[in-house]
Amino acid sequence: MATLELRNVNKTYGAGLPDTLKNIELSIKDGEFLILVGPSGCGKSTLMNCIAGLENITGGAIMIDDQDVSGMSPKDRDIAMVFQSYALYPTMSVRENIEFGLKIRKMAQSAIDEEVARVAKLLQIEHLLNRKPGQLSGGQQQRVAMGRALARRPKIYLFDEPLSNLDAKLRVEMRTEMKLMHQRLKTTTVYVTHDQIEAMTLGDKVAVMKDGIIQQFGTPKQIYNDPANLFVASFIGSPPMNFIGLRLKRQDGRLMAVLDSGQARCELPLGVQDAGLEERDVIVGIRPEQIMLAPHEANGLPTLRAEVKVTEPTGPDTLVFVQLNDVKVCCRLAPDVAPQVGESLNLQFDPAKVLLFDAQTGERLGVGAALSAQDSRGDNVAQFKGR
Amino acid sequence: MTSLAGKSAISLSRIAIYAVLIFAVLLYLVPLVVMLLTSFKTPEDISTGNLLSWPAVVTGIGWVKAWATVDGYFWNSIKITVPAVLVSTAIGALNGYVLSMWRFRGSQLFFGLLLFGCFLPFQTVLLPASFTLGKMGLASTTTGLVFVHIVYGLAFTTLFFRNYYVSIPDALVKAARLDGAGFFTIFRMIILPMSTPIIMVCLIWQFTQIWNDFLFGVVFSSGDSQPITVALNNLVNTSTGVKEYNVDMAAAMIAGLPTLLVYVVAGKYFVRGLTAGAVKG
Repeated sequence: MATLELRNVNKTYGAGLPDTLKNIELSIKDGEFLILVGPSGCGKSTLMNCIAGLENITGGAIMIDDQDVSGMSPKDRDIAMVFQSYALYPTMSVRENIEFGLKIRKMAQSAIDEEVARVAKLLQIEHLLNRKPGQLSGGQQQRVAMGRALARRPKIYLFDEPLSNLDAKLRVEMRTEMKLMHQRLKTTTVYVTHDQIEAMTLGDKVAVMKDGIIQQFGTPKQIYNDPANLFVASFIGSPPMNFIGLRLKRQDGRLMAVLDSGQARCELPLGVQDAGLEERDVIVGIRPEQIMLAPHEANGLPTLRAEVKVTEPTGPDTLVFVQLNDVKVCCRLAPDVAPQVGESLNLQFDPAKVLLFDAQTGERLGVGAALSAQDSRGDNVAQFKGR
Repeated sequence: MTSLAGKSAISLSRIAIYAVLIFAVLLYLVPLVVMLLTSFKTPEDISTGNLLSWPAVVTGIGWVKAWATVDGYFWNSIKITVPAVLVSTAIGALNGYVLSMWRFRGSQLFFGLLLFGCFLPFQTVLLPASFTLGKMGLASTTTGLVFVHIVYGLAFTTLFFRNYYVSIPDALVKAARLDGAGFFTIFRMIILPMSTPIIMVCLIWQFTQIWNDFLFGVVFSSGDSQPITVALNNLVNTSTGVKEYNVDMAAAMIAGLPTLLVYVVAGKYFVRGLTAGAVKG
């Protein structure tokens, strides 16, 4: 049980080489579940190795329970880690694997036996204790790897993409199980993944990383609803957010985004009012689930008629693709209302949910205004989605 | 298998292949057969009969005489080979462990230079080695010869272990470090237990090399401390008296038996271990 704080952490593999980690700042409270997410090569695994002490940082400080551990060796940091490859000791039985860390720490044998029994029961691996790792399935190996971490009762757990070697079904199962486990044990956890669904479902806090820089640090809800820039917006969400590059136009003092489907045009009045925006190239971001079918009676939201180019039924939803401003735009619709290819449909957008990005820098534009508008419209949108 | 497939299996090409293979086997076996037959013949039998003829009288006198001649040198070879093999394998394992799992600045270069040791001919190290042994006060001692064998063998044993260990995932060492284990604990408890195949390869390789070595033996030892290869040479090359080919052959067989035994006992590891780590790294 511990707090974790990273203060301006830097890491480089040598002078002249690009920084692997740049000014990493984040802190989590006791018992929180932190997700480090990003594409491969973004530095998330390096950051985790630095927290574990397997690699040294070249600047800043890593604080566990307000104590600077940056100079300590891994064994003194009281951290346990689950590796992507599980890293089970192949010549030892499951029991010996779990015991190893405890024996090294000179724990009494009776206490070790007790601890192994507790962990084995918790993870339901009692019947596997005398087997070798090679005789276990992937899912069982994953449990043993977790058992080894749990047995030490460390201050912090580190998980390095622990589910990525499992098949899709097992991955979903283990994901739920890990969440249950964390709710029960309430141990501070850092979890590295490139899977944005794991990031959204498991984390109390999410740090989205790219090129060694934290792009955004916040709750999953903040990251999803209020991304700091184009990268975060595109990385989180599946299917990904639609991006339409355009020029805004000012009409009656309000900024409008004009969408053109080929057969109709529609003007989206935006919550953003910043002066001078209409002279810049901007990118409009709309999540597929925030595009709705227009109801029969008018409700005041802007509507646009468009032709369906492709449909992809996924089961619970049908993804419908239309062409807007020469960009393929994905809409997530309920399967029973989804039209056929070639048909036209009336789409609606909630202007308050539409995000605006700078086309050059990728930074989010007009954050404050959009936020306040979003809060007041939240219920309204939920209603429409339900239809 | 159906009868049809069975018939087609014994085709003309099959027969040709087997014929060639059997011929090759016979060709390779002829020297061994000649040696075995000759070692059980009497000297008169050897001078009158031909090489491949069956002994007129089967006698073990050649073997008894041979053993009496090489007896002491056989044990010399054991005393040289066993410690040299064990020590060079142990140090090679430790070297390989460091070079694959605890890389340091310049470790790749170090390994590259070490590899040169595998390509150095014996002859080139004779003078430096004898100079060093002289300085150390180990000239013409069994310890000195063992030392030379260990140093010369390290390049090979390090190469074997390093290439085996690079295929072991780093995560194992990381996990053990987080579990609190140190450098030697990780080596002893995690890495060594996984190393059986490559240890066997190393033992066989080093045993064969050192047991069969003649050059180091003849240069760095003298008199009663010489290995069996040198003794065998002295016996066969003697220019006085009548040539006792039966004794020569029996002595040669005795000199070759231990390596043969090692291959029979541990040979299955050899092919397996040599190819381990060959794909990766």
